Amino acid sequence: MIHFDNVTKRYPGGHTGLSNASFHIGQGEMVFLTGHSGAGKSTLLKLIGLLERSTGGQVRVAGRNLTRMKQRQIPYHRREVGMIFQDHRLLNDRTVFDNVAMPLIVAGLGHTEIGRRVRAALDKVGLLNREKAYPITLSGGEQQRVGIARAVVSKPPVVLADEPTGNLDPDLSREIMHLFEQFNQVGVTLIIASHDLELIRPMQRRILTLNQGRLESDDR
Amino acid sequence: MTGNSQKKRQSASFDTGRRLRPYTWLLRHLQVALASLGRFTRSPLSSLMTAAVIAIALTLPTGLHLLLNNLQLLSDSWDGATSISIFIRQEVEPQRLGQLVSRLHTKPGIDGVRLITKEQALEEFQQLSGFSGALEALEENPLPPVVVVTSRLETPEQAQALLAELEQLKETDFAQLDMQWVRRFQAITDIAQRAILVLASLLGAAVLLVVVNTIRLEIQNRHAEIEITKQIGGTDAFIRRPFLYMGVWYGLFGGVIAWLLVLLSLRLLEAPVAHLAGLYQSGFSLIGMDTPTLLVLIGGSTLLGLVGSWIAVGRHLAGIEPD
Repeated sequence: MIHFDNVTKRYPGGHTGLSNASFHIGQGEMVFLTGHSGAGKSTLLKLIGLLERSTGGQVRVAGRNLTRMKQRQIPYHRREVGMIFQDHRLLNDRTVFDNVAMPLIVAGLGHTEIGRRVRAALDKVGLLNREKAYPITLSGGEQQRVGIARAVVSKPPVVLADEPTGNLDPDLSREIMHLFEQFNQVGVTLIIASHDLELIRPMQRRILTLNQGRLESDDR
Repeated sequence: MTGNSQKKRQSASFDTGRRLRPYTWLLRHLQVALASLGRFTRSPLSSLMTAAVIAIALTLPTGLHLLLNNLQLLSDSWDGATSISIFIRQEVEPQRLGQLVSRLHTKPGIDGVRLITKEQALEEFQQLSGFSGALEALEENPLPPVVVVTSRLETPEQAQALLAELEQLKETDFAQLDMQWVRRFQAITDIAQRAILVLASLLGAAVLLVVVNTIRLEIQNRHAEIEITKQIGGTDAFIRRPFLYMGVWYGLFGGVIAWLLVLLSLRLLEAPVAHLAGLYQSGFSLIGMDTPTLLVLIGGSTLLGLVGSWIAVGRHLAGIEPD
């Protein structure tokens, strides 16, 4: 599903985000990405979501070569990759429903279909009763779950999460991880970046460890 | 979800060449247009102020254009005839005046001769000028008799020749070709027309800049939304669309307000113009906004709105990328 061949990302100014990373993640896998802050976790996720382009090597997602992808094709690629951020990135002037509906509106779905899918996604993250609320009135855990609902509402085959539990206490974090496991059970390929080893080790999944932009270990 | 169904959905949704059906496409545009209108009305005061700035900039050239149209209408109402007024020397006797009139009647090239005697001239002047009191104070009538000769001469040269001939008459004090005045007037209106065009271009550019700046601020205000929309796969066209409609709404409202302002101005001018026309014994009344001018005003301002927002979007949207 996701292939990295000698991928390097060098930023203007000389900082190296990722250097010579090679690995393969199969369809339906759930993989953790760990390492210190600045180790290149975010860079790696951004390369998959095409928020950034690699400066060397080749990235392929679902058979598409991202290195050669044209600018106007990028939006269609991003629709296939759901992204979750530590800071949720919700719009505070819109209701929970409208936030979650955004990917479907962008994709041009019909009104009734949008309503059906948004409620299904909110139901899955346990926030069906909060659809009319504004994000600012929700707790941190709830806001993160809205962000997750938005990332999965269009049923993308790949979901990336960058420190999704960074601001949450251990109980809430475990809840979020449980949610990810449920998505994985229905075939979604997941990559979750987290520095919280105590949280991810017990889950017994594949762990990629980055150190200063290099892939240090790949523990299955 | 089984692997099989997932694969099928995948290939169906990743299709950059996908075209929406016309009905769906139209519906989406309508939704965006209405959503932009909703945003427009959510902050009515600031929206209205921007539209008013656009309107005022457009009212000036439109109003001047209409004024000029009216003036041209006035000069067009002169028929093609050349008319020469011969001002007669004061000392010429009334009998000789009669002889002159009948002599001119028989002259080739002259269609009509009308005599305005000193008395008639005075009467007319008193009626129309408002100087009746002053004139009564004079001991004798200062106005000369006038013979008005009309002629259907084709060319200005022929008219000049006739004028020269009439100036040679020994009864003539001086003679004046009235067409000359009309021509000069037309030349002046030509200049005015050009000046209005220049003014309209400058103010059109001002409208464009107002829209560019307004949309630029709107883009700044919606920075987060644009970033997220790009991140979840919104195409450039999708992101651009609400801003373009916003520009169109500004242009359209500006145009409509400008139209109303012009109508109001014409209304205010109506009574004084009727009074002036009355003084000239004319039934002249202002013509209002004609359909072509209205279409150019509304269409032009809407287009300026669209172009302005397009410029703003082209300059500022590309700089916003999710990180």
